[in-house]
Amino acid sequence: MKVDLSEVRKIVNQAKTESLQEGDMLVNILHCVQDHFGNFIPPEAAEIVAQELDIPLSKVYEVLTFYTMFSTKPRGKYVIRVCVNLPCHVTGGRQIMETLKEELKIDVGETTADGMFTLETTSCLGLCGVSPVIMVNDTYYGDLTPKKVREIIEKLRAGGDEK
Amino acid sequence: MKPILVLVSVDSNSILLGARQFLNYLREQIAEYNLSDTVDVLETGTMGVYTQGVVMAIFPDDVYYAVKDKEDVHKIVTEHLLKGREVLDLTLPKEKLKLFVETAPVSKETRIVLRNAGLIDPKSIDEYIARDGYFALQKVLTEMKPGDVIEVLKSSGLRGRGGAGFPTGLKWEFTARASADQKYIVCNADEGEPGTFKDRLIMEGDPHSVVESMIIAGYATGATKGYIYIRGEYYGSVDNIRKAIQDAYEYGLLGKDILGSGFSFDLSVRLGAGAYVCGEETALLESIEGKSGRPRLKPPYPPTCGLFGKPTVINNVETLANVPSIILNGPDWFKSFGTENSPGTKVFCLVGDVVRRGIVEVPMGASVRDLIYRFGGGLIGGKELYMVQTGGTAGTFVGVDKLDVQLDYDSFAKYGVSIGSGVILVMSEDVCPVDIALNTMEFFLHESCGKCTPCREGTRLAVQTLKRISKGRGKKEDLDTLRSIASVTQEASLCGLGQSITVPLTSIVNNFQKDFEDHIGAGSCPHGVCHFEKSRSKSKVRR
Repeated sequence: MKVDLSEVRKIVNQAKTESLQEGDMLVNILHCVQDHFGNFIPPEAAEIVAQELDIPLSKVYEVLTFYTMFSTKPRGKYVIRVCVNLPCHVTGGRQIMETLKEELKIDVGETTADGMFTLETTSCLGLCGVSPVIMVNDTYYGDLTPKKVREIIEKLRAGGDEK
Repeated sequence: MKPILVLVSVDSNSILLGARQFLNYLREQIAEYNLSDTVDVLETGTMGVYTQGVVMAIFPDDVYYAVKDKEDVHKIVTEHLLKGREVLDLTLPKEKLKLFVETAPVSKETRIVLRNAGLIDPKSIDEYIARDGYFALQKVLTEMKPGDVIEVLKSSGLRGRGGAGFPTGLKWEFTARASADQKYIVCNADEGEPGTFKDRLIMEGDPHSVVESMIIAGYATGATKGYIYIRGEYYGSVDNIRKAIQDAYEYGLLGKDILGSGFSFDLSVRLGAGAYVCGEETALLESIEGKSGRPRLKPPYPPTCGLFGKPTVINNVETLANVPSIILNGPDWFKSFGTENSPGTKVFCLVGDVVRRGIVEVPMGASVRDLIYRFGGGLIGGKELYMVQTGGTAGTFVGVDKLDVQLDYDSFAKYGVSIGSGVILVMSEDVCPVDIALNTMEFFLHESCGKCTPCREGTRLAVQTLKRISKGRGKKEDLDTLRSIASVTQEASLCGLGQSITVPLTSIVNNFQKDFEDHIGAGSCPHGVCHFEKSRSKSKVRR
């Protein structure tokens, strides 16, 4: 994959303008860079971040790999995050996970062979008023049933946008 | 202003029920029926209930509707807005909504934290100001000395709503007394306690209340910079808070020389990136400093040595949202709500097998029973209540014998029922305590940051032991093993995450001991939930 490094530099410097204190921007910059590349941060981009902030690359990676929202590897076109915490669990969350595994024929942490879907778990998304809940990229879906989950996957496969 | 006003709840939970589509359709319909000159449509925050659909309120008629599909919207437009006839089959019984913000018998008004949510357009600073917004800031800057503000907070008895219940005024005082060239105010909006979504709805519904309080905290303590650390997944909250900050800067309420007082304050948003442990205050500070969110050893505590090693006040969103009302109405007013040691109100999140899931703001000291049956409407499908988790995943599991416990910051010490972040997770007879305990410990295992051994290994051992029981391979001594894991992890862990796993673990093992024992030596899960593996004797026979 070709990485436009000047673009990354621009993003980093744009983000830096929000800084109130030196050193308070790394996590936010990684958010911006990841948004730019879709759903992961390529090594070349991480290097630019290290250069621009004048910190060791190892520090960037330490942070990058600590937080679950960041990825160092490309993920599927649609990253599906399933809430596995208690409020979703007791309202049928288990069936939602089983349905997704069945439909996509992958386990948690895997990506489908066609590169369409990555299945992940997430902790509580704070939408317990409409549990069980999943997130597909930036879109939330609530009040789910196995039937609704199948419909969502169908729609995404057919190339429909998330909603 | 147009004669008729329609308010539509467009908060994160409502959006999932179709609020945006309904809102757009409502606007189309209003245009189609030539009602644009008479009807105004506004977006607002949560009204607290979700089970019947998206809530729309029509004023001045004071009628509330729950909308499930576009057909319902059509009906409201053609019947109510066009012909003035109430659509009775869609109305929400008003007492249900009024219950959302409970009216205390002693006083008329108990809306404190959610006073504006569901009433104003959260993206409009003018609407916030029209509801006395930034009046408290003005009062503080023009009439009060920093020490006076802290005195008011202290005598109000406000305690931290994140769960620990530390007196807010005292926290501010520690930072005010510390001398340093730079101090900080940090708002902990990294709401991650499973089942908790009150902070999200406060930020989505009334973001300025948080901004205003942080400026007041800055003035009181001598801090000039602030950060709001919001969960990375809370897009709606991030948008509304960012907009609020931007508008506050434009109105001269943030930045240099606020309202001509000579006091300056800068505020910026920082995003979390998916780590529960960052809700722990020192881990959160690490994250703002651009590091992995691993907790620091305490002491020193943040009020004297926090962000970048400087004195720092860290307050929860709900705590801050109380501040403007306390400043405007005085500490005695605040103390007229709630209990003696825990004044004020609390926003509870009702989740699980309860009829009306959502949030409710009631005076401190509400009983678990009232929360489930009066406000929550009881259990779905008339099922029997079996277990309640109070206070979030780091809270307590209790049975029906504890329903009359009144929740405040003393109820854990007195009765073993914690208030925590305000979660009331209702579970029916369909659940199995062993399965619930396993899910809870898997959560802590996943979220343990790995820095200290007791937490990292304690959570792993707890999960292993619970898995064994849930697969039908449990031993009698496993219960004591779980208790000892809980106590060692509590004693030896570095931060609140590890220290708190004892609360859910021991409460579920002790309060539901029989359920655990019934798994041991049994042929199948007594609740029909856990999947038992074939017993060893059988597999031997097969071999």
